[in-house]
Amino acid sequence: MAYAIVFLPLAGALIGYLGKNLIKNFAEITTSFFVVMSAIFSIIVFWKGIQNSEYENYLIFEWISSGNFVANWSINIDPLSSVMLIVITFISALVHIYSIGYMSHDPHKPRFMSYLSLFTFSMLSLVVSDNFLQLFFGWEGVGLCSYLLIGFWYKKETANDAAIKAFIVNRVGDFGLAVGIFLIFFYFGTINFNEIFRLVPQLSEKQLIFLGFDFNLITLICLFLFIGAMGKSAQFLLHTWLPDAMEGPTPVSALIHAATMVTAGVFLVVKCSPIFEYSKVALNMVTIVGMVTAIFAASVALVQNDIKKIVAYSTCSQLGYMFFAAGIGAYHVAMFHLFTHAFFKALLFLGAGSVIHAFNDEQDIRNMGGIRKKLPFTYVAMLIGTLALTGFPFLSGFYSKDAIIEFSYLSEASFSNYAVFIGVFTAFLTAIYSWRLFFKTFHGTYNNKKVPIEKTHESPIIMLFPLFLLSIGAILAGFLFKETFIGHLNADFWQSSILFLDEIKHERVPIWLLYLTPVLVIISIPISFYYFVLNPNILESIKKTNFPFYNFLLNKWYIDEIYETIFVKPAKRIGSFFWKKGDIGTIDRFGPDGISKLVKMISSKAGRFQTGFIYDYAFVMLIGLSILLTYLILT
Amino acid sequence: MNFPILSTLIFLPLVSSFFIFLSKNENNNSSIYVSLFSSIATFLLSLFLWYSMDLDVPDFQFVEEQSWINDFIKFKLGIDGISILFILLTAFITPLCILSCINSIKERLKEFLIAILVLETLMIGVFCSLDLVIFYLFFEAGLIPMFIIIGVWGGPKKVYSAFKFFLFTLLGSVLMLVAIIAIYWITGTTDITQIYEIKIPKEYQNLLWLAFFSSFAVKTPMWPVHTWLPDAHVEAPTAGSVILAAILLKMAGYGFIRFSIPMFPLGSEFFTPLVFSLSIVAIIYTSLVALMQDDMKKLIAYSSVAHMGYVTLGIFTLTKQGIEGSIFQMISHGLISAALFLCVGVVYDRLHSRLINSYGGLVSYLPKYSIFFVVFALAALGLPGTTGFLGEFLVLVGSFQKNYLVAILATFGVVLGAAYMLWMTKRVIFGDVKNEQIKSLKDTNKLENLMLISLAFLIIFFGFYPAPLIETLNAPVDNLINNYEQAINTTNLVNNDQ
Repeated sequence: MAYAIVFLPLAGALIGYLGKNLIKNFAEITTSFFVVMSAIFSIIVFWKGIQNSEYENYLIFEWISSGNFVANWSINIDPLSSVMLIVITFISALVHIYSIGYMSHDPHKPRFMSYLSLFTFSMLSLVVSDNFLQLFFGWEGVGLCSYLLIGFWYKKETANDAAIKAFIVNRVGDFGLAVGIFLIFFYFGTINFNEIFRLVPQLSEKQLIFLGFDFNLITLICLFLFIGAMGKSAQFLLHTWLPDAMEGPTPVSALIHAATMVTAGVFLVVKCSPIFEYSKVALNMVTIVGMVTAIFAASVALVQNDIKKIVAYSTCSQLGYMFFAAGIGAYHVAMFHLFTHAFFKALLFLGAGSVIHAFNDEQDIRNMGGIRKKLPFTYVAMLIGTLALTGFPFLSGFYSKDAIIEFSYLSEASFSNYAVFIGVFTAFLTAIYSWRLFFKTFHGTYNNKKVPIEKTHESPIIMLFPLFLLSIGAILAGFLFKETFIGHLNADFWQSSILFLDEIKHERVPIWLLYLTPVLVIISIPISFYYFVLNPNILESIKKTNFPFYNFLLNKWYIDEIYETIFVKPAKRIGSFFWKKGDIGTIDRFGPDGISKLVKMISSKAGRFQTGFIYDYAFVMLIGLSILLTYLILT
Repeated sequence: MNFPILSTLIFLPLVSSFFIFLSKNENNNSSIYVSLFSSIATFLLSLFLWYSMDLDVPDFQFVEEQSWINDFIKFKLGIDGISILFILLTAFITPLCILSCINSIKERLKEFLIAILVLETLMIGVFCSLDLVIFYLFFEAGLIPMFIIIGVWGGPKKVYSAFKFFLFTLLGSVLMLVAIIAIYWITGTTDITQIYEIKIPKEYQNLLWLAFFSSFAVKTPMWPVHTWLPDAHVEAPTAGSVILAAILLKMAGYGFIRFSIPMFPLGSEFFTPLVFSLSIVAIIYTSLVALMQDDMKKLIAYSSVAHMGYVTLGIFTLTKQGIEGSIFQMISHGLISAALFLCVGVVYDRLHSRLINSYGGLVSYLPKYSIFFVVFALAALGLPGTTGFLGEFLVLVGSFQKNYLVAILATFGVVLGAAYMLWMTKRVIFGDVKNEQIKSLKDTNKLENLMLISLAFLIIFFGFYPAPLIETLNAPVDNLINNYEQAINTTNLVNNDQ
């Protein structure tokens, strides 16, 4: 069954693409069917895990063995990966089905579907790996699929640029991950997870000098691994690719850039909890980066106008939550938020896709508004998604986000107090931007000039069905799995897949904290409604008075511009400098060209000696003779 | 074994080129068939060799020995697990080159085929020779057909490039010849198996190592003697570029492993920092230069220099992972660069331009071609699941054990590699069609599909299942490292005693 889960999507991708001409819609049906099967098996595996704690491990075959550097192709299912399996295959199956409707007018549908399936396969191979090398395979594999899918509309210049940017920024992260793996192999002599985790306690005291600084080995490893996680999960400084990635088709954004691939970084940190637990420094780093990302992305989301970019920054911000949860030592809460987030964020993206579809590919929320009656199902779905995201009581986001805040309060880690503050404040910002998106899209006046309101239409049933299932997930996922993931049963469920050196005791949370976030979230609804729908002029005047600040947020803190100036342009300039001045100007000029010129010059000079006149030769002989004589006399 | 199987392997292409030479008729087809037949036969023979080799033994196998000049210089051949892989690569690439000629060479096809077959003989000879003089002859004679290929069938600046190529490589190898003579005076033999045993005295090792290095560094090519390569590639016809990138560059890497390290272990140890720094410069510098190229062939040529930087880096880590990674990287680069140059050749045959600007939006009109191009570009940037990844990764794992700073810098080259490859892919394959002529181009034909599919298959197959190659390398690489460490340890002991 484990084999089937992993390989069915691959088979779907290959069969679907190769057989695309057999019958109409062959690729769509095959890929969707195979992924749905895989999802069903995942649910069974997950369920069995909860019930009997039974997990399966397989070794497929040896990938590479060079000296003691050994890596296998393997399927290794533990509680952690079973959670990921269900998230990946379930969301993927729904996105496949949704895409059949969303992409129905695209001539390259088979290619799109098989990319989606291929992505699913890569992501699965990432989470079921038992060693770092296979993880790296999946890690780059999902990066590849993300590159292919962002650039799917290959004629769009912006889409191509976004695709390359995504791949290269991810490569910077992969660079960190690779160095982390080298370090691990060098000091542990293995890259197998279980063997590494067993050896960590013995090496936890080891110090080494790195670039002139004294480091703890474990800290250094964790920091490098975390660079990898930052790249994939779009954390602050390596986040720039994620908003641009919205150039891809919307189902892609839902699957890759919300629910699955971007959570791979969180998965890596949680998976490596047995290493991270031994480095307080690294954990603090994770907390800080998570906090900064959470608040940075939320602040930028407040002023963006592209519906997908708002959701993308929101994803970034929620990933920040997951990281600081992991950083304060509440890995299981991070996983829980990952789990619930997958449902409501995929729901929001697919809902946004449905809205975009209705407007014939309009993405600017300033050109929307007032269409709740025309898109009733999408409206309800988005409402549920927004409520869940903001953490409205008893929806899934409420359980996981509040748990993060509570655990931050209870944790003894150095930055946990800041984390509480950031968590609450970001929750408030999240509510504001989410409701802004929601109200501007569905309420107020109709603002689109290109498409008359009569032409907007609700999406077909094949797109609404996934929205329906995801809505159920967004409502219930938190309530149903609360006990299993973070409640009293959590130790039975996670077993050894997550390590806590000193577990945070989940008790005695003060009452005011329990009520603080929900109250903030609820009062933000009328506030947003007032400012964004009833009286938008007030905001306009605030915008005018604080123009520099508004621009700062609108331009995403100018980080893209800074990168362009300090990395991209200099790289190109250095490249052409090396080429023009180094290769052509120096090496060739003084090397082969110089030598050949020199030879020519000397030979033409030497040629001039041979004048052919006897008195010239006699004169030279005479000079030579006199020099020789002088020499002899002097000695 | 009594039957001289290695000699057969070496001289089979030569003999068939002789037949082509003799054939009077102007019908090109017959010469293509003859050369194709003989090169495929060579490939099958080398497969048979691989199959019948004993992989657990590090020693040379199928050894043949004949006295040649006054019993001093022997014609001695033999192979081990390292050389068989290069022979296989050579024998596999040559038929592909011959196939590619059918489309791209319009004039003097017969002579071109002769040049390719002679070159194959010489290249296989390099990988089989166990005698320094024989090695030198094969190694240097290989220049001549290549020189002719560039100089006769090349592009507009062919004469300049051909001479640049010749000058650079010849200058380096003059010193090697001097070193070979010196070795003969010191040891009294040029048989390398004997030289391994005799152990060259310490005081000569550094100088001799440098002499060999000067030749190999040019051929690799290492920075700063790499500038002949882009020019040579740009002017060479497709088949010439393929052979140059896939095989000729590998002879130097092979030379390091076969000669420099086992004959001069102390010299190798002494100069390791030099090799490391040159390799790092090669990786970073040429990657940045590659980023700015507007000619596809130049870009791939510069990327070759960067990839060979990983090779030299890996060899001189003298760790199991480093050396195996280097050899793997050479094989992998042989396949990938061959594939990329064939890809450029495919569109060059149609549009007669290598400039990136004249393309763009190919995917709409040449879908099959675009798939190949993207697959090979991804392999070149080292995507896991292709051979490009494993080679680089093993080299980096190996180098990390020697010097973490070098490894980190080299790892950073991987980011740049992605940048130039993807940027080129974007400008050639994706985007809008800017050049109207592209709309009338035809997609790859059956022959081109055959060549590209076979390469893509191997690149992906060995990317997932490299065991056949790695296991072949296991015993000889272990042996190489053991001998090296023994040599270093004995000298250290002697030094301590004094």
